[in-house]
Amino acid sequence: MLKIKDLSVSVEGKEIIHDVNMTIKNGETHVLFGPNGAGKSTLLMAIMGFPKYRVTKGSISFKGKDITGLTVDERARMGMGMSFQRPPVVRGVKTRDMVAACLKESGDGDTINVLANRADLGEFLERDINYGFSGGEIKRSELMQLLAQKPELTLLDEPESGVDLVNIALIGELMNELLEKNCPIQYRKCMGLIITHTGHILDYVNARTGYVMCDGTIGCVGDPHEMLATIREKGYDECINCYLGRLPINE
Amino acid sequence: MNKAKASRTNKEKARAAANKTASLGEDIDLSEYTSAGEKHAYRDNPSQLPAEAKKHMLEAGVMLDDTSQRSGTYIQMDNTPVHSSVSGDGVEVMPVSQAMEKYDWMTDYWWNAVAVDQDKYTANIELSQYDGYFIRTLPGKKTVFPVQACLYLAKDKLVQNVHNVIIAEEGSELHIITGCSTASQEDAGLHLGVSEFYIKKGAKVTFTMIHSWNPETAVRPRSGVIVEEDGLFLSNYILMKPVRSLQMNPLVKCVGDNSTARFNSILVTGEGSSLDVGSRIILDGKGSRTEIVSRAITTGGNIIARGYIEGNAPDIKGHLECRGLILGEKGMIHAVPELKGNLAGIDLSHEAAVGKIAEEEVEYLMARGLTREEATATIVRGFLHVDIEGLPPLLAEELKRAVEASEKEVM
Repeated sequence: MLKIKDLSVSVEGKEIIHDVNMTIKNGETHVLFGPNGAGKSTLLMAIMGFPKYRVTKGSISFKGKDITGLTVDERARMGMGMSFQRPPVVRGVKTRDMVAACLKESGDGDTINVLANRADLGEFLERDINYGFSGGEIKRSELMQLLAQKPELTLLDEPESGVDLVNIALIGELMNELLEKNCPIQYRKCMGLIITHTGHILDYVNARTGYVMCDGTIGCVGDPHEMLATIREKGYDECINCYLGRLPINE
Repeated sequence: MNKAKASRTNKEKARAAANKTASLGEDIDLSEYTSAGEKHAYRDNPSQLPAEAKKHMLEAGVMLDDTSQRSGTYIQMDNTPVHSSVSGDGVEVMPVSQAMEKYDWMTDYWWNAVAVDQDKYTANIELSQYDGYFIRTLPGKKTVFPVQACLYLAKDKLVQNVHNVIIAEEGSELHIITGCSTASQEDAGLHLGVSEFYIKKGAKVTFTMIHSWNPETAVRPRSGVIVEEDGLFLSNYILMKPVRSLQMNPLVKCVGDNSTARFNSILVTGEGSSLDVGSRIILDGKGSRTEIVSRAITTGGNIIARGYIEGNAPDIKGHLECRGLILGEKGMIHAVPELKGNLAGIDLSHEAAVGKIAEEEVEYLMARGLTREEATATIVRGFLHVDIEGLPPLLAEELKRAVEASEKEVM
């Protein structure tokens, strides 16, 4: 379980996230909506523990342990994984090396080849990671690495952005594998938190809880499909006006 | 020109340049060194060399106990050739003094790719008692295994004068691995080395040089390469260990049409070392091409990484890539990429970058579960990884091992 309590986060001295509360139980996937600049990515980065995103108030606990003070790698080794929206190019570090690093000791060269074929990235294994990758290739590469890492909590930042319609089905499949969609709910352990702008991804993942985030706070909690319909029809302003104040901010 | 006359002319030019300061690098006072060292005994079997020397040589890629994967071997200690041999036909390996006696035509290859009066170091070599290696592949002969050569500094305060000549006759293929090392980690020494390469029509030479000096050594190699039509010269250079002062800037002339020169350098240095390493490629042949790739890492020393490409013929192509990484608080890297085009329709480009490891990259790897140390090591390993085309698998493997050893030096 991931439990976020009264969380405030600052970036370079400026508070971006204010008093956020969120609980994701084992097997659940939650979706985060919100306009540009709402603080969605900041929240994900803070959950993952990047030092630039400083927790100024509140706490994050994961699998029953307070992880607010843990480093990125400690959180990753506890079972958190994140797909980056714009990952850096690391020259000389091959895609294969990255997948191997994610696998640790739990697989070999064949495992890497199988994963690459799953993500349709067989020809990318010997290339420098992210170097000259298209938007869709980056997304698939990120998911391939996560499939190797097998995190219990997957944080996905706009996995469908920059991906064409053909590729989005493949992205959806990879996400489902990560989030154990085909596993009966009572046995499912993996959790997910997904940022989406377009909502396309809802066609592929099994998400029952959605949030709308605005100005660093969570304005409403509800069924993501209903939320998406409202956002599409009335836009974020209307959505926020409607829900803000009506629904309790705290769960 | 006959031999005697050529020799007189070279000596005269050398005398005139005996005090000529080099255009680059700290000036070395030659009077601090002696060239009169003891003679070392010749060994028919290189495995008979002292174990300690063999160990140092192995660190520089020279294998003496098992030479089954070598086409030939040349070992020089200080100023004495102590072993030379070949296995198989098609390749000649001998002290250059012996080649001078054997072949009248050697004057054509003597101070032709490198000027005897380039500076006081080349002059000093000509004016001293010296030797070096002569390696030649016969026309059409393709060696599978590399020829190995080792230049070894054993005596304190010695100047090692070396003059090497490498000839790849038409259509031949030659791989050379040359390692330089020292007996002591404290003794001061000066290595002066001239290497002249002649790559004939359609020939291919790969030259892999591993330097493993000590923190008190000064090194001034002077290399010149002439590449004829359809010829290929591929140089890989690795500096793994500390050295006090090293300056070199080999000059390659791609004179033949469609000739190619490629340089890969990996420089790793720490506090107290000063490096000035470059390469100059002159593309004179139509359709000739070059690529210079250099990677420099400092943990405290100073590195000047130069590259110069000049295009003088149609359809030439050249690219220069120079990247430097400063690890730690001290250290300097100065990248000097230069391009000169003398006519329209040529294609020359460069990219250079100097900096520290990007925190964003470290965190990216950490988000996959690597510790900060593991992430940094992975990035450094990636930085030092250079894809080298055209190297036989055996040499590629040895080069990889050498690079891994230099990673350990850094980490």
